[in-house]
Amino acid sequence: MSSVNSERIPNNVHLGDDKRLQRALEAWQPNYIQWWREMGPSGFQEDLVYLRTAVGVDADGWAHFDYVKMPDYRWGIFLADRVPGRTIGFGDAYGQPAWQQVPGEHRNALRRLIVTQGDTEPASVEQQRMLGQSCPSMYDLRNLFQVNVEEGRHLWAMVYLLHSFFGRDGREEAEELLARRSGDSSKPRMLGAFNEPCTDWLSFFMFTFFTDRDGKFQLLALAESGFDPLSRTTRFMLTEEAHHMFVGETGVLRIVERTAQAMAESKKDHPDDVRKLGVVDFPTLQKYLNLWYSLSLDLFGGEISSNAASFFATGLKGRAKEEQFDDHSALTGAYSMDVPKEGTFERQEVPLRNAMNEVLRDAYVDDCQRGVDKWNRAIAAHGVPVRLTLPSRRFHRHIGIYAGLHADPDGNLLTREAWDARRETWLPGEADCAFVRNLMTRAVLDPRQMANWIGPPKQGIKGRPIDFEYVRHCEG
Amino acid sequence: MQAQDAHGEPVGAAPSVRFEAHPEGYRHWRLEFPTEHGGMVARLVLDVRENEGLRPGYPLKLNSYDLGVDIELADALLRLRFEHPKVRAIVFASGKDRIFCSGANIYMLGSSAHAFKVNFCKFTNETRLALEEMSAESGIFSLAALAGTASGGGYELAIACDEIVLQDDGSSAVSFPETPLLGVLPGTGGLTRLVDKRKVRRDLADVFSTVAEGVRGKRALEWGLVDESPSKKDFDAAVRRRLEAMVARSKRRPGAAVVLEPLGESRYVSLAIDSEGESAGVLPARRPIDSEGESAGVLPARRPIDAKAHRANLTIRAPEGPEPQTPDELARAGSNAWAIRAWRELDRALLELRFNHPGVGVVAVRATGDPERVLAVDRMLAQHCEDGLVREATLLAKRVLKRLDNSAKSFFALIEPGSCFAGSLLEIALASDRAYMLDHPDEKNEIWLSPLNAGPLPMSNGLTRLQSRFLRDPELARRALEHSGPLDAQAALAAGLVTFAPDDIDWDDEVRIAFEERASLSPDALTGMEASLRYGGPETMETKIFARLTAWQNWIFQRPNAVGPRGALSLYGKPERPELDFNRT
Repeated sequence: MSSVNSERIPNNVHLGDDKRLQRALEAWQPNYIQWWREMGPSGFQEDLVYLRTAVGVDADGWAHFDYVKMPDYRWGIFLADRVPGRTIGFGDAYGQPAWQQVPGEHRNALRRLIVTQGDTEPASVEQQRMLGQSCPSMYDLRNLFQVNVEEGRHLWAMVYLLHSFFGRDGREEAEELLARRSGDSSKPRMLGAFNEPCTDWLSFFMFTFFTDRDGKFQLLALAESGFDPLSRTTRFMLTEEAHHMFVGETGVLRIVERTAQAMAESKKDHPDDVRKLGVVDFPTLQKYLNLWYSLSLDLFGGEISSNAASFFATGLKGRAKEEQFDDHSALTGAYSMDVPKEGTFERQEVPLRNAMNEVLRDAYVDDCQRGVDKWNRAIAAHGVPVRLTLPSRRFHRHIGIYAGLHADPDGNLLTREAWDARRETWLPGEADCAFVRNLMTRAVLDPRQMANWIGPPKQGIKGRPIDFEYVRHCEG
Repeated sequence: MQAQDAHGEPVGAAPSVRFEAHPEGYRHWRLEFPTEHGGMVARLVLDVRENEGLRPGYPLKLNSYDLGVDIELADALLRLRFEHPKVRAIVFASGKDRIFCSGANIYMLGSSAHAFKVNFCKFTNETRLALEEMSAESGIFSLAALAGTASGGGYELAIACDEIVLQDDGSSAVSFPETPLLGVLPGTGGLTRLVDKRKVRRDLADVFSTVAEGVRGKRALEWGLVDESPSKKDFDAAVRRRLEAMVARSKRRPGAAVVLEPLGESRYVSLAIDSEGESAGVLPARRPIDSEGESAGVLPARRPIDAKAHRANLTIRAPEGPEPQTPDELARAGSNAWAIRAWRELDRALLELRFNHPGVGVVAVRATGDPERVLAVDRMLAQHCEDGLVREATLLAKRVLKRLDNSAKSFFALIEPGSCFAGSLLEIALASDRAYMLDHPDEKNEIWLSPLNAGPLPMSNGLTRLQSRFLRDPELARRALEHSGPLDAQAALAAGLVTFAPDDIDWDDEVRIAFEERASLSPDALTGMEASLRYGGPETMETKIFARLTAWQNWIFQRPNAVGPRGALSLYGKPERPELDFNRT
């Protein structure tokens, strides 16, 4: 019996009637499951996990909670409901009916966008596969797995598009999505941040806050796409992405609160003393923030980009919440940015379409700042005078016009030597990583316990108590 | 504001392009000799300095190149021939992460005048053909080690190598994005080499050439676009294994190392440009090239468009004294030997003409000096052709003559008393569009043939210039070669080796009228006409490459779909989308 049926794969894309999609998925699904077993969460594959499964797109269907073994998770294919008469909202094809099929002239560019987005989804699962071994609580363990299975579903969503609209090329790209490996130098994932190790929970929360937030903005931009199936797919993915944002934002918040609380109670503020309290000191937090924020900024691509201009012009990728803007052609506007020139910066007017990556990055930076402000309010509430800040977007960049510069977190240019000398005051060094690792060596698998370095969440999942047995762990 | 010439076209080149380079001064390449291969492999690492393009205005991102990058490459290849006789294989690699080379810089092309684009493409093609000649004639094989993406001219460099290894890492690809992205063609022989050299099936080549992102590892191998596609882990070993095999099968002939000294002031070749309204009769040698080859400094970069094309006088001189008689003596004389130096100087002068003197339409070519000295050099080269150094000297002459064949100027050889069109120098007259030989009643005026006219200096079509000349009656070529001793004007005319042989009374007027008439004809039509007539006989991959460059690519380069205000090349990187005229010819 084929495992590709609507019972096994919840969907609203008429999978039962779609021979082409069935055939493609039948070949792909076993490889996916094998990938999940190899590269999915290590050590918990046989456990029953209290997970949300989407079985429909309506209010009842999208959040079905139950215990499930992860390899048996029902990864589904869902598109947000079709908007009748939807037209393309930007670019040269503004006002024309949205495409229900891939226009031939945009086929390669669309495939590239979808593959690039799709590649990030399994990558993060791979990056996070060892984290269960050091979880701070069962509640957090479950959230990690929820994030993981949803990244898996997001991969399915992109594979659905590749299988349904891109023929043989699409099927091959879908196979390749399972063949690349995060951090494997011989077959790396496509984007830098998705090849960085994410082996401790501080990194995980920073990743879900900063890097998944890039994903959110990419999805927002793709949700505007003139290619309607892509738009509908990404709109549904955004509902799930919100949970990842929540995990990251509250995760860091709980760490920050715990540290502030410990500092206030002990009246200690020197980082070395704070570390001795078994919590993460603020300088270390700031360094992890600097690292993941700067890696995530790179994911938006070059500040001045002919690809971005072309994606916008052709109606493939818009701006987040395009309806907020007045001018949807963006042909005449300009974007002022500081462009490095001979050791300093020069204000340049970049044609707006070429600056679309930066427009999206702006929205992202604002969104990040809102989260950081929340953390700072929590620190302030404990009377601790420390504040976390987002570094300049020139700091520690590897893509775009600031790549290769040596800017400090305030954006001032330094010599390479001066920058290198201060690197470890801004970014986690070996000692910082070792400290964080040592803090988080043991998995906390007793539902009544919580690791010392993190505060408890405000509430449990789906009305369950915080000490609910979210994961039924089989020992050994 | 972009500088423009009188036609409103942007001025392509800086006032003067210098064609000499030296490894110590390379900005974009590193020439290394990895110890693991015992000095028998040269590694050329492309690591382009973004902000050091030949002119400002286009950062050379992603290892893209401009003429300056290619001048260094041409220099490196030449030095490997002369200075490194041990080298049997070259490996091309990138100094950048994830990118091998992304080809010619688009913004450079977009901001270049048409003539510059054409000459740029011509030069890069000549360099890549020279790389292939190293493999075919010198026993120096080449390998492209693609540990990152090679697109456009990047893949064209790779495909000019004997073998290509592409890392299979899920992202490294080979591609020709020109047609889908820019509305032009790969300009450096890429399409021709796909089907003619790598023999990629035409339909697969069609798919490959329309997918901007290109083809990665496994499929690139299946389609024959690359020879091997190992994983990253196995990549270095695969490259090493292939290099070792190349070293083992190389039949490079032993020869002494000769250091190519900077040319400095010309000794054997002079190039002088006439200004407008000059009388054709005397054709005085004026404005010699200065010591650094920067003759264009004399001429303003932008010139008013004259009623007529300018004329240049190109003169090559025979050796002044005895030249080496053996390979050993040649090695001792080094790059000062006439057999090396004269051709390097001529090469420089031809490039000068192409890039720095776009207004020159007709070139009067002369050879002066003692023919016996040239014939002695030719004899030595023919006698010791098995020697590695001698071979390289001969191949140098061969390439320079091909550069002459390929230059879009009218060449008229003027053979006057005191001239020296002998053997290898006679090839210059045979390469010219016409040869005028003064039939003087009192003064001796003769030409000579030598063994070098019989084969060592073939044209791109694989034939000697004599064979190309006498396609209708091959017997004439044989008879000319059998003739020993000089031919006077009447004999040369009878043998079909010169076009006209006016006597001393008619000479001045005939020559003046010929030049004036030539200067009044459409330069575009002349370029096409000359190129069509110069290459009779069979097609080779090389002739196809240049023919298609001058015909298809240069046609497309002029069309509104590429360079019109809404053309794909014009709008690349700009916010607007191109608007194509979909009518086919």
